[in-house]
Amino acid sequence: MENRQSGGASFLGPALFAVVLLGLIGSTVYIFARRIWWFPEPVTALGASIDRQFDYTLIITGIVFVLAQLGLAYTILRYRDRGGRAHYSHGHTGLEVIWIALTAILFVGLGIAAEAAWRDYHSLGPAAEGMPVEIWGKQFKWYFRYPGPDGQFGRTAPELVNDLAGNYMGVDFDDPAAKDDIITATLAVPVNQRVNVTLRTLDVTHSFFVRELRFKQDAVPGLLIRMNFTAEKAGTYEVVCAELCGLGHHQMRADLMVVPPDDFEKWLGEQAAYMAALTGAEPEPESE
Amino acid sequence: MASEAHAAAHVHVHEAPRGFIRKYIFSTDHKIIGIQYILLALVAVFVGMFLSLLMRLHLAWPSLEIPFFGLMTPEQYLALMTMHGTIMVFFVLTTAPQSGFGNFFLPIQIGAADMAFPVLNMLSFWFTFASFAVMLAAFFVSGGAPTSGWTAYVPLSALGEVAGPGLGAGQTLWVVSIAIFCGASLMGSLNFITTTLDLRTRGMLLFRMPLTVWAWFVTAILMLLGFAVLLAAGILLLLDRHAGTSFFIPGGLIVSDRLIDHKGGSPLLWQHLFWFFGHPEVYIAILPGMGIVSHVLSTFARKPIFGYRAMVFAILAIAMLGLGVWGHHMFMSGMSPYSAIAFSLLTMSIGVPSAIKTFNWIGTLWGARIRFAPPMLFALGFVSLFVTGGLSGIFLAQPTVDIYLHDTYFVVAHFHIIMGVAAIFGMFAGTYFWFPKMFGRAMHEGLGRLHFWLTFIGVYAIFMPMHYIGLAGHPRRYPDTTAVKFLAALDPVHTFMSIAAFVTIAAQVLFVLNLVWSLWKGKKVGINPWEATTLEWTVPSPPPHDNFAGHYPSVYRGPYEYAVPGAPQDFVPQHLPEAEPARHAGADD
Repeated sequence: MENRQSGGASFLGPALFAVVLLGLIGSTVYIFARRIWWFPEPVTALGASIDRQFDYTLIITGIVFVLAQLGLAYTILRYRDRGGRAHYSHGHTGLEVIWIALTAILFVGLGIAAEAAWRDYHSLGPAAEGMPVEIWGKQFKWYFRYPGPDGQFGRTAPELVNDLAGNYMGVDFDDPAAKDDIITATLAVPVNQRVNVTLRTLDVTHSFFVRELRFKQDAVPGLLIRMNFTAEKAGTYEVVCAELCGLGHHQMRADLMVVPPDDFEKWLGEQAAYMAALTGAEPEPESE
Repeated sequence: MASEAHAAAHVHVHEAPRGFIRKYIFSTDHKIIGIQYILLALVAVFVGMFLSLLMRLHLAWPSLEIPFFGLMTPEQYLALMTMHGTIMVFFVLTTAPQSGFGNFFLPIQIGAADMAFPVLNMLSFWFTFASFAVMLAAFFVSGGAPTSGWTAYVPLSALGEVAGPGLGAGQTLWVVSIAIFCGASLMGSLNFITTTLDLRTRGMLLFRMPLTVWAWFVTAILMLLGFAVLLAAGILLLLDRHAGTSFFIPGGLIVSDRLIDHKGGSPLLWQHLFWFFGHPEVYIAILPGMGIVSHVLSTFARKPIFGYRAMVFAILAIAMLGLGVWGHHMFMSGMSPYSAIAFSLLTMSIGVPSAIKTFNWIGTLWGARIRFAPPMLFALGFVSLFVTGGLSGIFLAQPTVDIYLHDTYFVVAHFHIIMGVAAIFGMFAGTYFWFPKMFGRAMHEGLGRLHFWLTFIGVYAIFMPMHYIGLAGHPRRYPDTTAVKFLAALDPVHTFMSIAAFVTIAAQVLFVLNLVWSLWKGKKVGINPWEATTLEWTVPSPPPHDNFAGHYPSVYRGPYEYAVPGAPQDFVPQHLPEAEPARHAGADD
């Protein structure tokens, strides 16, 4: 009838295919095993359990990846057309069922194993004591608000926002609870102290991402999103924005400073003094 | 005019049109419409690829002055990125595999003369064309193309120019274009569903349909459900932008020092509606490719597909599960962490039918006699890419692991490999496979091979490193890396990926040259050059206007009867009656 396909009996094509797949397997395994590009060390206990879940996933998917690509390379090489007819078969129900059971257990099991860390991440339990901080995203900067000695955040109102006066989030300084609020452009937290954060924004959606904390959460207009983290290692880490927020998205960064408690109190005192100078208010709760 | 309402097989026998306009422009012939869709996708893919070329130039050499651009500004970069994603997802990945190849081959493969509603078919193409024109117009309005990404997250996309450049007229044109596209897709999907259910020829039982037909059929159902919701979302967004409603915009927003006069809306509502469409869209893009690859693998393995019914049920399972997993795009969105757990486990379970497909493809190759023609090379490449892209999804499907990887380049690598490149490999396999049927000439085989090798190695060279910069925490949608300290170390990887991208893009020129050359100079072929079994290989190449000239075939067996013991050839076409009376005649009724 029709001509045989010219490439039919060739060895070169299948061999090249197998070599490319082997190269893919080799380079991928090498780069992952040597951790040439990798996450920075986590600075939270939760970060370590997230990394552990990543490692489980990497091992399981890694084995499947190598076996599947090897299997493909093998069949391509082994079963290239060398004359004669193929094996007539419509499949094998038993093998199919074993394979379904195996993948279902593996993948769904992996998914269930991941949920413990997710519950901890969201603290899906009774609220715990911690230092409150508000994180505000604003095209294209991060701002942070500390409640001051009274532990209360003052009222905010969008019509009070005044960037020139340094009131980036519209704090109502007539509210007694607001008098001692401290607004900063750097996030400092004491080491080993649980920090209860509330994510807010007044313009568009942003996403607060710190690699070392293994922490990422969108700040959504209209929502107050409460999360927490406990940094266990002092250092300065970069905060970036992970949700497209406009033309300055890539420049929306800040520093997270994890410092010893004494240094933190000193830093907060300096910020409070700067705030007092800015608002002209006495940092005493009862003055009016 | 055929007036016998009961004769399902010839519902609408129409005369071949004579004039150029009726024949090639406003044609109602499913084959012409299929080619129109493919041409539109071909133009769109080169536009989209050109945009990525500019982006890759900028990412590797940010201070380079590009002709017509000069130094690229961040908003120009974001506009390129938004339009690249939109054009690729809607006008390439949705248009070519489903509406293009599906239109041309679904009716022929089930033994029908045309689609069930030829005029609706023409309308759906021209709606798509209008939608594409409106989308491209966004480049030329004041403020330029939109900068909110192909996902158009609110409130960035809802507030107008006050939120940034491109978010005024450009964003409006984007929403209008998408709404028109939704209309086109709804018309198209109704046509596909009706045609598959009603116009199958005698003996073409559901479980004798080629896997391509199953894939197009199920994709059409997904399109009907997904695009209906996107259409609603688009209209609501348009109302928010221009009619003062607040479906998506909450109260008390301050943007560029201006108090926004909206209140009561929910940004998460947009995300839910968008991803209710957006996740099925991934399967809309990839299912037809999976169908084509199954079809091509069986044909060139010279072996029945391994587990035909399992393949059908896997398609159905992927589609059904795929409708319930949109929340995995929203793990960090502020959505309830409890619902994240449900979305995660449903998403992980999609790994099961996907693994069935992979297992069965390799099972099909096991014991085969593989012929390494270009369609087969791309089908095999698809299997490799599908494995790679599928497995990175296992990371992202777990909210725990997604905390770090969400919105990094790891995600960009994942969806480019699985939804972009794998789907495009499906289209390449389809093009090299069906070109002889569509135009009566084969494509140049040597050029096809060269195109395959450059593309296969090229896409891995682009997208594997993209995972690695994602592991290092590189957020996506960054016009440059200058402001963030930890990104500087990743610049050499960007340069590597850009060079790989240029080589891969150059290789696509070979493909177009091959297409054009083969149209005029390709080797002439007969009815069935690949020795295949399905009905499209029983009609002339190219097929006449009414496909079967009124003589509708009867179908006697499943679609992939290769290497049947005792048969005179190593393939038994679907339409051949049982040859030897000794072999269980009638058992298939």
